[in-house]
Amino acid sequence: MAEAAYVIECRGLRKVYPGNPPVEAVCGIDFLVRRGTCVGLLGPNGAGKTTTLEILEGLLKPTDGEVRVLGGTWDSDELRLRRRIGVSLQETRLADRLTPRETLHLFRSFYGCGPSVEELLLLVGLEDKADAYIRNLSGGQKQRLAIACALVGEPELIFLDEPTTGLDPQSRRQVWSIIRNLREQGRTVVLSTHYMEEAEQLCDYVAIIDRGVVIAEGPPVSLVAELGGDHVIEIAIEQGNPDPAQIESLPGVRDVGQFRGLLQLTVTDPQLALEALLHYMRQNGVVAATLRARHASLEDVFLRLTGRTLEEETPNL
Amino acid sequence: MDAFGLDLIRRIREHPLYQLTVTRLREFYREPEAVFWVYVFPLLMTVGLGIAFRTEPVTTLVVDVVRGGNIQGVTERLRTAHEQSDQPYLRAFRFRIVENDLNIALTRLRVGKTDLVIERQAAPELDQNRTIFHFDPTRKDSLLARVVAQVALYGDHTHWIGNTSDVTQSGKGGRYIDFLIPGLVGMNLLAGGLWGIGYVAVELRVRKLLKRLLATPMRKWQFLLALLLSRFIFTVTEVVLLLLFAWLFFDVSIFGSYLAVAVLLVLGGWSFSGLGLLVASRARTLEAISGLINLVTLPMWLLSGVFFSYERFPEVLHPLIRLLPLTSFNDALRGVMLEGQCLLNLSWEIGNLILWGLVSFVLALRWFRWQ
Repeated sequence: MAEAAYVIECRGLRKVYPGNPPVEAVCGIDFLVRRGTCVGLLGPNGAGKTTTLEILEGLLKPTDGEVRVLGGTWDSDELRLRRRIGVSLQETRLADRLTPRETLHLFRSFYGCGPSVEELLLLVGLEDKADAYIRNLSGGQKQRLAIACALVGEPELIFLDEPTTGLDPQSRRQVWSIIRNLREQGRTVVLSTHYMEEAEQLCDYVAIIDRGVVIAEGPPVSLVAELGGDHVIEIAIEQGNPDPAQIESLPGVRDVGQFRGLLQLTVTDPQLALEALLHYMRQNGVVAATLRARHASLEDVFLRLTGRTLEEETPNL
Repeated sequence: MDAFGLDLIRRIREHPLYQLTVTRLREFYREPEAVFWVYVFPLLMTVGLGIAFRTEPVTTLVVDVVRGGNIQGVTERLRTAHEQSDQPYLRAFRFRIVENDLNIALTRLRVGKTDLVIERQAAPELDQNRTIFHFDPTRKDSLLARVVAQVALYGDHTHWIGNTSDVTQSGKGGRYIDFLIPGLVGMNLLAGGLWGIGYVAVELRVRKLLKRLLATPMRKWQFLLALLLSRFIFTVTEVVLLLLFAWLFFDVSIFGSYLAVAVLLVLGGWSFSGLGLLVASRARTLEAISGLINLVTLPMWLLSGVFFSYERFPEVLHPLIRLLPLTSFNDALRGVMLEGQCLLNLSWEIGNLILWGLVSFVLALRWFRWQ
């Protein structure tokens, strides 16, 4: 049987949690994942990323919609799918008084195939901590163990829910390098994150989710390119009243947005734009408290689409 | 109220001591469980123990009359003893009379189920029957029954004394420790099933470990069976230790077969595990499961004859009490350990345990929340 190009196909995915009032966590998501890619669900907390992932992992039933994973459905193929996917959930607390080695032996017993415990420990860099109690591991080490548990059955499709949330920058980089290795081995990785940097660093394809719907999707580079320029200049105004329309007509400037007293310019040519901007400010008596020029990122995409930053909680509707 | 008074109230309300105290009170009464355990539960305990240990205007003495021989007259006299006007103090006693074969009656005496065994024997040399009293001089009720029965049967006509004789027996099987140990075994098994299975399952659920395991090809039945097997290993060790300790230090021995005891332990452990799983099937928090477990265990510790016989409760309640699984287990284990009964004689208790186990498991598996 020829393997389909897509390892995940889902259409019209909806999930409503009963309650008073009912909460619609996912409101119509269509989603395709190509074999061998790393796909990111990017969005703020409460956007519906975890719900979407758990439906794809077969742990939650969708209220509506169609899900096919590895060419099968959770209703008819559960055991076969379970053997071929690996999962790391958000905030699972593994047994405190087991060691990583014991934990991996336990998980390995469910699959009956796949890499040895030693190989797994080596893969996530935990060989030194193999026999320490899990409660004595750092947050980053626990997270790497959780990823090792997801790799036990040598899965072709791996789900990682917020793999680096709460980790320090160094631990985050260690996790990133593990995930990059997985992709290089030709496996498909689906991860959720609210760090735009993580999505940019790891993912071939990103779906930006907000309030249960996909508001933009594509390779990170093209999402940023849709902003119209690949640089951003931010000015916090201290004094004066700049006119956004006039600034937008300056050479090299594509677009101007205003967020909480911050003037944000999307620019194609930063040098040209800066010269023109500084000239304009001098002429109009505008004084900047801070002025910053940088590469545009997915953060800017999200900000432009929603008017909010990724770090903020989704406000209640 | 004048300005000074209002100011005083304001100052009290703003005082840290007032705020700290009120905060504690709010936290307390907004947690209904705490209110239940502090206020309602002691009242329920008082009612339960008060009923069990109520004082009665008459003292009931249980007498086994041995079948065969001329016993019509004896039972009649004992039954009507309190109506005899010439012995006013007899009015304070009632005899509950049970007719039994000698060996059964003697076993009942040994384990404390009856206070006195009366046997009538042909005595050709006396030209009439001799009355033999079997009693246990180490038990007050037994001693009392012996003396009162003599008076009830013969008045204070001392010349009859030649027609009676005493056989005393005392010892193992009838002491409080003999009664207590099977009850403690039952209590341990119940606690093991509920805390060792129910609480553990909910803890795994709360930690989301259950959900994580579900994301693997693990089979659910293997997980549940492993939970039961591990509990079983703990329980066997625990119970064997308890029985061994009781035997070494208190000379508590098993009169029935060891195999029957083992069968009962497995059956009880399994049935209570089912109960634990049922209690755990829906609970989402550790507070909820602790409350549920207490709700199930505490009434049974009180009612099911762990520390004292449920015979102390009014007779109308006995059928209800006998429906509880811990009652069945305790009765069956006492039957085997103390009376040496075989399991066939305990079919009601065993049937009830199996029924509880089956119903619990079926419902638990249907309702169990894996996430």
